[in-house]
Amino acid sequence: MWFEELLIAIKHYLVLQMPGSLQPVGSAFLSCLPIMTSFGGLFALATLLERKMLGRIQNRYGPNRVGPGGLLQPVADGIKMLTKEDIVPKNADHLIHFLAPLGLLVSAMLGLSVIPFGHRLIALDIETGILFFFAVGAASELAIFMAGWGSRNKYALLGALRAIAQMISYEIPLILSALSVLMVVGSLSLSDVVQAQSGGIHTWHIFTPWGFLGCILFLISTLAEINRSPFDIPEAESELIAGHMTEYSGFKYALFFMAEGVAMFAMCALTATLFLGGYHAPFPILSFIPGPVWLFGKLTSLVLLFIWIRGTMPRLRADQLMEFAWKFMLPMSVVNLIAAGIWVALDGGVAAWISSGLLNFVAYFGWSRILSQASRFSPRTYRYAEEAGVSE
Amino acid sequence: MTPSPGRPTEAMPQFEMHATGVEGATEGTERMEVSMGPHHPSTHGVFRMDVELEGETITKLKPVFGYLHRNHEKIAESTSYLGSMPYTDRLDYFNSMTNNWAYALSVEKLAGIEVPERAEYIRVITAELTRLQNHVSLIGFLVQDMGALGTPLMYAFRERERILDLFESLSGARMMCNYMRFGGCRCDVSADWIKQAQSVVEAFPQFLDEFEALISENEVLMARSQHVGILKPELAIDAGVAGPVLRATGVNYDLRKVDGYGIYDRFQFRVPLGDHGDVYDRYMIRVLEMRESVKILQQALAEIPNGDYVNPKAKLRGFRPPPGEAYGRIEAPKGELGFYLISDGSPKPYRYRVRPPSLINLTILEDMCLGQTIADAVIILGSIDIVLGEVDR
Amino acid sequence: MIGKGILKGMVETARNLTGSFHDPDRLTTVEYPEQKIPAKENARNFPFLIYDGDDWETGLRCVSCQICEKECPPQCIYIEKDKEKKPDFLGKMQMQPKIFDIDVSVCMGCQICVEVCPFESIRMDNDFEYAGSDRFKSLLLTKDQLAKSNKYYHSIHPTEAQETDEIRVQKREDHLAKEKAKAEKLAKAKKEAASKAALSKAETAKEE
Repeated sequence: MWFEELLIAIKHYLVLQMPGSLQPVGSAFLSCLPIMTSFGGLFALATLLERKMLGRIQNRYGPNRVGPGGLLQPVADGIKMLTKEDIVPKNADHLIHFLAPLGLLVSAMLGLSVIPFGHRLIALDIETGILFFFAVGAASELAIFMAGWGSRNKYALLGALRAIAQMISYEIPLILSALSVLMVVGSLSLSDVVQAQSGGIHTWHIFTPWGFLGCILFLISTLAEINRSPFDIPEAESELIAGHMTEYSGFKYALFFMAEGVAMFAMCALTATLFLGGYHAPFPILSFIPGPVWLFGKLTSLVLLFIWIRGTMPRLRADQLMEFAWKFMLPMSVVNLIAAGIWVALDGGVAAWISSGLLNFVAYFGWSRILSQASRFSPRTYRYAEEAGVSE
Repeated sequence: MTPSPGRPTEAMPQFEMHATGVEGATEGTERMEVSMGPHHPSTHGVFRMDVELEGETITKLKPVFGYLHRNHEKIAESTSYLGSMPYTDRLDYFNSMTNNWAYALSVEKLAGIEVPERAEYIRVITAELTRLQNHVSLIGFLVQDMGALGTPLMYAFRERERILDLFESLSGARMMCNYMRFGGCRCDVSADWIKQAQSVVEAFPQFLDEFEALISENEVLMARSQHVGILKPELAIDAGVAGPVLRATGVNYDLRKVDGYGIYDRFQFRVPLGDHGDVYDRYMIRVLEMRESVKILQQALAEIPNGDYVNPKAKLRGFRPPPGEAYGRIEAPKGELGFYLISDGSPKPYRYRVRPPSLINLTILEDMCLGQTIADAVIILGSIDIVLGEVDR
Repeated sequence: MIGKGILKGMVETARNLTGSFHDPDRLTTVEYPEQKIPAKENARNFPFLIYDGDDWETGLRCVSCQICEKECPPQCIYIEKDKEKKPDFLGKMQMQPKIFDIDVSVCMGCQICVEVCPFESIRMDNDFEYAGSDRFKSLLLTKDQLAKSNKYYHSIHPTEAQETDEIRVQKREDHLAKEKAKAEKLAKAKKEAASKAALSKAETAKEE
């Protein structure tokens, strides 16, 4: 806790130096500044990390020319993006075209304000933190549609429509799976959620039956929500050039990327907060390491998982994505909610473990069996032409 | 509302959406025309699809090609017979060896040149290696079209590289081999090369296993490709489709078995057939075909006899086939590749015509795409396996 | 069960991810300007002209027969004959090119010029770093840029160069044998003529 206390003390000192009328604004500014700078820097590093890791997955080196081991590649990319011409199509709706990337970045950044980064390290500790998070997260849909509509490009429009449909559909399982945590914790405040997992690794929500399934469902919905592979259909490169970003260039394009990156961090941070113990160390002995380090460690490992998935999977089709959302994700998250309810009713313990675990297990296997029998796809076996009966 | 300064003052032009008046168009909805290409990320070259969409469903699709037209046939009619050989490399630039073979085969038919046995073996070996590298890179492209970010493509290219290295040490060039000659091949294979080829071939099935573990059972791939872009066998036969696209519909037609060109009757191999004719079948047929090609290669590399690599009587310079006509065809990796030649006794062909499998397989694109979505059109195009160099010539 | 195939694929990519750190069979990248793959022996790129000895002008094998110019499919070779002749390796007086240009921006490296050359004078190089700042001039190779020594040829294509040398040795032997036969024939004819002449002399003398 010493690290958090130190940061808070520094902030208080700096705020007290300001004239009294400026103090509220100054305080807010000092809260935002570290978040914005650290996530901006993290975004730069994550682009490098992503390209490096994808390269290794594909048996390449990845960027390694700029700086030692390619470390300065994000700087070079940034310079390139900044110096490129900013092209706006003649018939575009200029205002909307201009506002869309800003709106996306703002909504992504706002989500970070309610994430507790350490003990008392939270920019905006409101009682309904998670509600706020999802509310501002939903604003990104508006921004994406603004981009698609304002560009006056058919690909952009198609991409934006896909994005809207996808993000709204996946918001439901996303919130339902988060709801299971909130039910058990009994609070909408994210600091309370983290406090509930303070006792070490065994108190983390992911190590409960409802938390495990909830975490997986939450991660899958997260992938869809931030338009990452295999749910990157709004910007499907091989189909729609770049989807809603088709008509963007230069710094606006970079802003889109940054917004996506920050949204990914925000979602990963929320996942870590809800299911992986937030800023708490897995073992109380290790709690001398500052909380933010733990949170960023968990966040980074989730990002690595996302990169790994991106390196493996083909993309779904829009209608199959919807099918998956409504036929699999939604029922499973409802079942998970019931499992969490059982957990609450039995107040934890062995009985709760067995009953909610059994429910989730049976539901997953049963439902996926039913689905795969009903679905039209399956592995196939092939026949060979018979030697004798060669027909012309 | 007063127009903002950045906005054009006149009424903003609407999207070029228009009701096409096609029967069945629902009241109140408009169809959108999207021109996919010629510089779209997934058209495999300069190729355009004029797509009419209702929502995301394709109601009309017009393939537009010719952006890469290079006058191949006319150039060949003004060049010597030998001079066209390097140009055939550039038809389907993935498979220069099989292009060479098809052209050499038709000239040999035209002039009645015998091919020594060793040369026949070399031709089979190079052709099957070509098939391996074509299919493996095609599958990589196909899965990339499905959005797999190039991972399978990179693995495919890693293996393809080994085969291209073999081609380079044999013919001197990786892709534009220009290796076959009338009556044989340009240079002999060394015992060392055969050993290298054997080691590449031995390692290949293991790579295929890995590759299949990566994607064949992937639910996303199956969902994307099964029951998508179905081609009926009747239509396929009527349209003259050949190669893996035809065999995926269940029609047993492989020129290696049917036509009996070269020495394919000496090797043990089977012809895999699909039952549905969809994208997944076309993908799997190619995977299985690669496994059969490996078998052919193992036999050919073990049995290759000693002897001439080129018919010593075949003339290189001043080659004048007697007047007549000939059509030589082979089972190229993409389908039936044929060269039709008419000779008037002069050193240049009077008529030179290519039957490009890519072009003829492309003609059924619209039939396969109607009623599918725009995302399917991309992978259907990918599964046909076209090379624009061959389509446009 | 949903997810099995996906997990299988992810195991595969994880294997490649770790494999790319220790398995050279997986990480096949060669970082080009610093590292280079040694050229394959048969590798070909653009043609060059061989000369024997040390001086490229006197040793140039090309006799400007213009066969390669005629046979070249994209017609990237331009040859002009020189009026002055020079002796070739057999000692015969032969034509020589005044201008021999190859436009490598047109050349497709098909090797047909090499196959048709009856004088073993044009062969394929494996140098591929031809990039220049000039758009046309740096890719139009002239006679002096094209001329490379037989030693260089031996260093890039040893087997093929050996074969070429053997052909030339054979040619020289054939030539020498021919010369010898010719000389013998000539000598014989001379002798015969001489004996004939002597005979006729004798005959005329007899008649007298």
